[in-house]
Amino acid sequence: MSLTSNTGEREQLAYIAAKAADSRVNVEIETEGMTLNIGPQHPATHGTLRIIAKLDGEQVISADPVMGYMHRGYEKLTEVRTYPQVTTLVNRIDWLGSFANEVPFILAAEKLMEVEAPPRAKWIRTILFEMSRISNNLLGLGDMAAQLGAVTPVFYAFRDREYVLNQVEAVTGGRFHPNFDRIGGLKDDLPAGWIESSKDAMVKMAAACDELETLVMGNEIFMARTRGIGIIPAEVGLEYGLSGANIRASGVDWDLRRDAPDGMAYDEVDWKVWTHPDGDSFARFWVRLQEMREGVKIVNQLLDSIPSGPVMAKVPRIIKVPEGEAYVETENPLGVMGYYVVSQGDLVPFRVKIRSASFNNVAVVPWVLKGVYVPDIISILASLYFILGDIDR
Amino acid sequence: MADTATEEPDAPPPSDDLREALLADFVGHLGDGIADSHLKPGDDLWIRVNPDAWGAAAETLRHKMGCQFFDFVSAIDWMPSPYGREMDAEVDTILAAANVEVEAAEAAPIVQGYAGGETRFQVFGRAINVVDKWGITIKADVPEDTLSVPTWINTYPGAAWHEREVHEMFGVSFDGNVDMRKLYLPTDFEGYPMRKDFPLLARRVKPWPGIVDVEGMPGDDDEEEAAESATEGASE
Repeated sequence: MSLTSNTGEREQLAYIAAKAADSRVNVEIETEGMTLNIGPQHPATHGTLRIIAKLDGEQVISADPVMGYMHRGYEKLTEVRTYPQVTTLVNRIDWLGSFANEVPFILAAEKLMEVEAPPRAKWIRTILFEMSRISNNLLGLGDMAAQLGAVTPVFYAFRDREYVLNQVEAVTGGRFHPNFDRIGGLKDDLPAGWIESSKDAMVKMAAACDELETLVMGNEIFMARTRGIGIIPAEVGLEYGLSGANIRASGVDWDLRRDAPDGMAYDEVDWKVWTHPDGDSFARFWVRLQEMREGVKIVNQLLDSIPSGPVMAKVPRIIKVPEGEAYVETENPLGVMGYYVVSQGDLVPFRVKIRSASFNNVAVVPWVLKGVYVPDIISILASLYFILGDIDR
Repeated sequence: MADTATEEPDAPPPSDDLREALLADFVGHLGDGIADSHLKPGDDLWIRVNPDAWGAAAETLRHKMGCQFFDFVSAIDWMPSPYGREMDAEVDTILAAANVEVEAAEAAPIVQGYAGGETRFQVFGRAINVVDKWGITIKADVPEDTLSVPTWINTYPGAAWHEREVHEMFGVSFDGNVDMRKLYLPTDFEGYPMRKDFPLLARRVKPWPGIVDVEGMPGDDDEEEAAESATEGASE
């Protein structure tokens, strides 16, 4: 027995032992998965969404969202409300952009009645619609930063959002639930001095965008936790019905504000649809930020060009909607929101199907969470940006 | 196919070449699967397919017509509500006005909407071509005996939750979609809330005060005054 062969044997034995230990460890990890329950109450869920994640070590094998904690049955309730009363309900679907919820329903009713709102009403509608988007996006952006560990942006977002909400309140009387859109126009005209104060608010909003950008973009931790995380290819996103900033962040150039502007004033102003080719959490954040900037641009241009005239078309006092079916969808802050309204000539709708953006945006969660690590769950959920009222309806 | 051709709009002045071409295209792909269609120029296109062709319709949209974007799937119960059309009302005011026996409300005829139909339940779904920016609404009857149609999830995975919602709300099931757990409702919930014969108990116990808002104003049946009140309503 020479010394060399002895060493060789020992090395071989050590190698075999190490392999055996490795395989044992692997077997243990594979066989004992862990179930992690996130929510229903969790800061990252904007309401009460529960996610049951099955883990293998730090990796997610499967994720199953559970909702319904906030289901309010709006589709059933619309069947016992008259058309003008439905807006009060649908206000509460996406509560951060509530005026935007009313618009597609009113447009669908107007389509059935063959009524068109006067130009001034269209302009003001579009302005309020974009203001909903600005306040909604701002909070989403700040909130995403907060969930990734940057506490400052969310306080700034809550502070700056008030400037927009004040403007909405000045017109409609409600910060969150305006209930202002009517079949054929709007409830009221603008208060005196509103255009001026809105311009001031828009200056502050543009500043808020820049501030948010300098605070968050380029931050090493933020970039590490969002770039390349939660990539949704365009094709998958479309098949799941992902919409809004989320799908534009996957490179799909599709925005209903530009592609179907009926009943709104978007084709009267100069603005741009932003897309991002990456489809990751960062892209979704970035597109949302750019859309907020575009929103400010749109509002500023519309404020300059509001036509004069009435804000209400001639509609009967008691609204009976003729028989028919209409589907109208608009580009809401969270994505595509549509109302399929079936009328049988009554005071009340026969059936209203509400297609809300977040419902489809969250449907992709089981797909996108497969294989990611636990901290990335938070980054992905925050970047998809959903409101639970918009899922549960 | 001949039916489809006759169901084309009666040559109204605003023609819609895009949607007529789409309809012809769809008919070319699906052939006998199509039961009926409805085209509203400048607005939208409804196509009703046979229940068996419901799944194939989705494949046609997705793979042959480029509708990559899945919008929604839902269902509708066409039975008139046995509680009166307004549900709040103690009597069905519309039928009462037409001098129809109120008790006969339950037997009121089922009137399907656009693109017709034969069954009480219908499913409808929509997909959008995001490149050319158009969408089509597809409808299908749900056979009364099985209450099921083929699933869309093999074409559009996003349909899974929509089908779960339809199942719990209407009791319609989808062949091939095995995950039919309740989505919104508690697991032990019984009944199908969105069916028209499922009473909204809160309304049955207490009439809703909001109905006052739409009570007729004095003299509303006079057309001139109605027009006047409309202008008043506008200026309010």
